[in-house]
Amino acid sequence: MPETLVETRGLVVDYAARRSLWGPANDATRVLRGVDLHIDTGEIVGIVGESGSGKSTLGRALLGLVPATEGEVLYAGHPLDAQPEGALSLRRQMQMIFQDPMSSLNPRHTIRTILTRPMLLHRVATSQAAADATVAAVLDRVGLPLAVLARYPHELSGGQRQRVGIARAVMLRPRFVLADEIVSGQDVSTQARVLVLLRELCAEIGMSLAFISHDLSVIRALCNRVYVLNGGVVVEEGPCETVFAAPQHAYTRALIDAIPLPVVGTGWLAA
Amino acid sequence: MSPLLSIDNLSAVSRRDGKPILRNVSLHVDSGTIHGLVGESGAGKSTISKIILGIVSGGVVVTSGSVMLGANDLVRMPEREKRVLIGSQMALIPQDPLTALNPGRRIGDQLTDSLRMWKGMGHKAAWARGLELLDHVAIRDPQRVMGLFPHHLSGGMRQRVLIAAAFAIEPKLLIADEPTTALDATVQKQVLQLLKRLQAEHGTAVVFVTHDLGVVAQICDAVTLLFQGKVMEQGTAETIFNTPSHAYTRALLAASPRYDDPAAGLNPIDDAVIAACRAEVAQFDGAQHA
Repeated sequence: MPETLVETRGLVVDYAARRSLWGPANDATRVLRGVDLHIDTGEIVGIVGESGSGKSTLGRALLGLVPATEGEVLYAGHPLDAQPEGALSLRRQMQMIFQDPMSSLNPRHTIRTILTRPMLLHRVATSQAAADATVAAVLDRVGLPLAVLARYPHELSGGQRQRVGIARAVMLRPRFVLADEIVSGQDVSTQARVLVLLRELCAEIGMSLAFISHDLSVIRALCNRVYVLNGGVVVEEGPCETVFAAPQHAYTRALIDAIPLPVVGTGWLAA
Repeated sequence: MSPLLSIDNLSAVSRRDGKPILRNVSLHVDSGTIHGLVGESGAGKSTISKIILGIVSGGVVVTSGSVMLGANDLVRMPEREKRVLIGSQMALIPQDPLTALNPGRRIGDQLTDSLRMWKGMGHKAAWARGLELLDHVAIRDPQRVMGLFPHHLSGGMRQRVLIAAAFAIEPKLLIADEPTTALDATVQKQVLQLLKRLQAEHGTAVVFVTHDLGVVAQICDAVTLLFQGKVMEQGTAETIFNTPSHAYTRALLAASPRYDDPAAGLNPIDDAVIAACRAEVAQFDGAQHA
């Protein structure tokens, strides 16, 4: 029986009212309207939805980066803000891979600093030498040459930066990783490599992965289970085989029908 | 009948280091057909579309070949004549509708620019035509939308406005540069349907730049697949998708994630295939120097 690692119960998130410079103040915007979700240890879970569906907000709420208005987020059975091992330990155990590695890696730091500093901060490595050794091993694992260590983020290609982002996240041996749209806009060949790498890493270190994407084809390739989000509500949830073979909700069907397959003569455009 | 757009043996190099960007590219697009220009980053697909549109940056030097629109060679035409020809007969649908629209001007003014410029219409006539155009791209309440600014519209609406603007001058050739990459899946489908309908109605020739093989299979009649500025395979969509002859084409197809096949998205392109493509490119460069 797999144990639940991350869980939300009746999660509601509002973004606060904003005062407009002219005219009346805007009302608070309700982004999530009661989301129940659970991610088991070692599981890869897809969260799919279109713009404005609340998928990124849900991801951020899972990490405690946006506060819940109602409901709660539990990690290993305890609320995020009442972790027995303390907040710093939680930060090590939960990592994030960002969509745009250019804006998430500090442009003034070398890749070596970017990768070793978190390990020293979290005392995963006790000395710079120990950190360097682990970094070398992880770089090899994600398929980057050691030469990138002396470089700055802008000197790497987009695919290489993405790998640095993945290395930075898995370096601390997290138990839960959130990946928000990390393959959108990438070339097909790079994309497949990143997906394979993520799958292998999940199996190797037993981490759970929440994978946010607007692309159902990518979710199908990577994930065990999927949550379909629309208007801040989970409209459908289930194992990928089931959801893709027999979608129950009209919105899920619309999403699947909207994907063009690389096959000619399907009459897709006419439908 | 000769094709509307004929690119023959087009080569280009980088001005800075003389490295080849396009290697002897030939492609032909007939009126009323959609030609997919496909490749991964660095394949040269955007460079080709910019050369066609005459907006290629100073960093790219065309070294040989021709780009014929009807009987006119765009590479050798005097700048002033080229500008008139391109402006009156071609249109572009860009990737990002937000950066393509001027944030400080109303939709109506931007939509009618080309009508006043190239169709010689007065303000009133152009405005009336603008309303018709918006109606034609299925925008509700065109009267109101004409008075709005770009930030008032959703991404899908903006792309519809740009499609309306592109078809305003009834272009013979349309360049669509990743027109739906920035859109949600359901909106992408609607925009592609709209594009296809207008293209068929007007008999427009389209060069459709994309990296999405799914979109290519659904909308393109013919396909050119590029790797580092060299054509790897070219043919009708049926041939490319049903009986691809180049290993690179087959590998790209196998690596495209599909919702009906979980294994497909986990098939990275074999290093050997990429190495073979590089060797093909190197061999071509060697032959050029010999």
